[in-house]
Formats: sequence, structure tokens, C-alpha cells
Amino acid sequence: MSNSSALPSWDVLTKHNVFPVANHDEVARLNFLTHLNVHLSSQILPGVKTAYETQVKPEIVAETGEEPSSRHQVRQHMLNNGYFQMWSALRRNTMEMRHQAARAQVLGQIENIVDKVDKACHNDANLQLDDNVVVPPNVAMVDIHCQPGCYYQEYFENDVTVAASYDLGLFVTTAGLLGALSDGGGQGIANWLKTQHPDFKPKRILDIGCTVGHNALPLAEHFPDAQVIAVDVARPSLRYAHARAKSLGLNNIQFVQANAEDLSQYADGSFDLITTSMFLHELSHQAMPKILKNINRLLADGGLNLHLEQPQYAGMDVYQQFIRDWDTYFNNEPYWGPMHELDLKQVFADCGFDPQDMFDVGVVSKVDEKIFGKPKSEGEDYGRSPVWNALGLWKGKNAKISEKVA
Amino acid sequence: MSELNTQLSDAEKINLAGTKAKGQRPYFLADKQTEQALSVAMTLAMELSVTKERLASLECLLVDKGLIAKGELDHYQPSKEEVAKRSVDTQAYLARVLRIMQQDKEELEANDPDMQSVQDELTKSEY
Repeated sequence: MSNSSALPSWDVLTKHNVFPVANHDEVARLNFLTHLNVHLSSQILPGVKTAYETQVKPEIVAETGEEPSSRHQVRQHMLNNGYFQMWSALRRNTMEMRHQAARAQVLGQIENIVDKVDKACHNDANLQLDDNVVVPPNVAMVDIHCQPGCYYQEYFENDVTVAASYDLGLFVTTAGLLGALSDGGGQGIANWLKTQHPDFKPKRILDIGCTVGHNALPLAEHFPDAQVIAVDVARPSLRYAHARAKSLGLNNIQFVQANAEDLSQYADGSFDLITTSMFLHELSHQAMPKILKNINRLLADGGLNLHLEQPQYAGMDVYQQFIRDWDTYFNNEPYWGPMHELDLKQVFADCGFDPQDMFDVGVVSKVDEKIFGKPKSEGEDYGRSPVWNALGLWKGKNAKISEKVA
Repeated sequence: MSELNTQLSDAEKINLAGTKAKGQRPYFLADKQTEQALSVAMTLAMELSVTKERLASLECLLVDKGLIAKGELDHYQPSKEEVAKRSVDTQAYLARVLRIMQQDKEELEANDPDMQSVQDELTKSEY
């Protein structure tokens, strides 16, 4: 086997102070699951398309006399297709195996991790918890991406199991394409700003839905003179995120427990840069406008708002929409589909933003190629690939500029 | 273990590691039990992969410590007695893995009674 096809080992991840350690077999288990994910997406998933083209699509055409017209129609028919059933059963099961492997590893050393997190969090103003914050229904109704306990459950006082297992398991699903700190999204934003907008120097940055802080930290690092506020509803994720950031030497970032539907503690126009990463698809039709209106209020004139997401469905053929929609129904991402079919620019306009200010730009995960190799274009794991479509806007600038991929 | 008391027993940790994500679990195969058997098989496949890696690591350690030469294991020639022992071991291994097929075959040949008819036989007189 040539070097180019070899995947990086989980063990190349940066071991910050609260990162779970792994013994030989735990590393082997995570590497197996990483390879299994890549095998499923590169070797088995193409057969799903073949099954669609050769079996399911002709069935639909024969039945209705028309080409398939919606991703839902395709899904209903594909659910009866044996090849799709097996790929789906394997993909779902692999996700569950990832969570069990990660949780078993974390729970085996949870006392040590919590001990370190407790010490890092003690009397530190860079962590602001608020017991009055209620986990909203869009986070609470199901455990998102099949992660037991989601981002917020604590199994004992000050537990961080869900956060630590999320941090170590991201590698498995993305095959390392998010980099040594699983921060490819944040690095992508920082890199885009560095190369495309070198004069942009935000003083205050807000990252919403930060979870363990992986995509907020590159901004704190890239703008050392800025104050970064990273908010989330999930207490264990914030405590872990704070300890993680501190151990990585970043002190210009404050983790705040808050629901982005209510950020009344911050003044109008008090942030020059507001970001979200893979966040919009975990909201709801109820939460999204409230959060966008808050962003509009909090963003300073001339400030930048950027949302990293997978591309919207509009303009895609129905198969592509259907396969990207898999996580909606089968990986506990119920708002994925509804969000991806929205006309986001219209939604933003309805929330008070000027459509003239908005732009779309591709952002790619920025990782150390010496360790992780070049991002591969083939065998895309739809919905999970580290290539994002960012919706952005420069407030009040009537941008109309054609933004370029970094 | 640190002094911190999580108040979770080993059994609780094992149970928590494998706990279900909230939200109804979809099944894709026509038969739910078949999908569950697939899940078991995939976990065993993972554990076999882990074991293979462990053996590879052990081999590297033995080479590093000068106890065997690189490639020696690949060119290892078992003795005649060892080959014979392994053949028997392999037969026993396959028989263990495929026990259900052996027993199904025996049942096809045996004309075994079902439990209800045995019970009926054992209880046909008044107690």
C-alpha cells in the first residue's frame, strides 16, 4: 500500500492537558473505526448511488412515469433497497461504536480528567456558568448525532464525560481531516481572514454554540489582542472547553453559559466578528430567527458575521439532497434537512440584515499536511466532509465583493 | 484513581459507555435481529483488528529488544509436531465458530422431540 492512501493515526492528535489518554488497544480501536468510516464512504457508499441509478430510480419512473422529484420520495423508495439498508445499518452502527469506544475510554479515566478540569476552572473569570440557563428543546429532544448525553448531560457533579468523548471522537468520523486539535473549521476561518482580509482586526469576537471550543480557539490565537467570548448552553462542554483552552495557552477567550436566544447581557454593536461553526443545523425554526436577530443587534457596523455549514440543498439533484439528508433521519440531526432547504439569505433578511451585505464563500479545513496529508477530493462522506459553505455578511458595507476561497 | 469520587461503579461505567442516544433508533434491515447480529459481528471485527495490532506491536517490541529478527515471524517454520497441533486447534476453532450449523445438521438427522411433547409425555399420568 502506498503512503498516500495511509490514514493518520488517532495518536497524532495534540494531547492537551485534559485530553483523554489512550492505551494501545484504545488507539487501535479508534483507528479501526476511522478506517471503517473511510471504507464505508469510499468503497461502499458509491454502490448506494449505483443502486439508486440502476434499481430505485427506474422503479420510481416505472411507477409514476416521472423522474424522482424530491429527496423524501427517494428516501421512501431507498429504504426498501437492500444495498442501502446494509450501508445504512453499517453507518449507523459505526457511529454507535464510536460513541461507545470514546465513552469507555473517557469513563476509565474520568476522575483524572475532572480533577484537572476542576483545577483549571477554580475561581477563573474566563469561565462564566449560569445555572439558570435551560437547555432548549432543539438540543434536548434527541441526543444530537447519536452522542449519548448530547453536549450537556452530567453523570455526577462536575462530570465532563460527554465533552471529553466528543473531543476525542471527532477524529473518527472525519478521518482526521479536521487536524490535530479537530479545529479545521476555525483554522479555515482564521486562514481565510488572514489571506483575504489581512487588515481586518476585530477587537471583540463572539462564537456561538462553541461546544468544546475547538473552532473558537483558532480565532483567539489568530487575534491575540482580541477578546473572544464563546457561548454555549452546555455546562460540561464549557468547563472542558475552558480547561482545554487554558492548557493550550490561550487566555483571551472567555467561555460563557448562555442561550444565544437571549444575549441581553451584551450591548448593541459590541462585537466586530460573530461566528458559528456547524451550528445552524442544530437549531429550530423557532430558535433561528431569535438568534439571528441577536447577532444583528450585537454586530458592530462594518463587522463580519460568518456561519460555517455544509452547502444548502437548493440547486442539487435529488439524489445528492437525499444522501446529504441521511443524518437528518438516521443520525439524530432532525433539523439538518429543514435548515438545508431554507433560503438562508431570505431568513437573514427577515431578521433585519441587508441582503446587499451578504456573500457565500467556500472554506476548507486547514490542517497540517505533513501529518494529515492533503485533503482528498474523492470518497466524500456527504454531510461530514471538511469543506464548508460559509454564509457571511459585512454589516452595512453593501459588500457586493466577490469573496475568494483561501 | 484520584481521590475524586465520581460515585460511579465499574458496572455503571460499563453500562454508561454503551448507553443509548435519546431518540428512536432506526433499523434498516428487514429483520431487526439480523441487524443486531450485524452489529455484534462489526464489534467482533473491531476487536479482531485491535488484537492483530497488539500482536504486531508485540512483534515490534520483540525485534526492538533483539529477541527475534525482523521478518523472523513471517518466515517461521513450525515443527512437524507443531503443525499437527495447529491443525487440530484450527479444526476445533472452526467447530466452535460454526457450532450452530453442526447442531442444526444433527437436529435434521435426529428427529428430536419438542419440549411440549416431552412434557406431555412426562405428565400424562395423574400426579
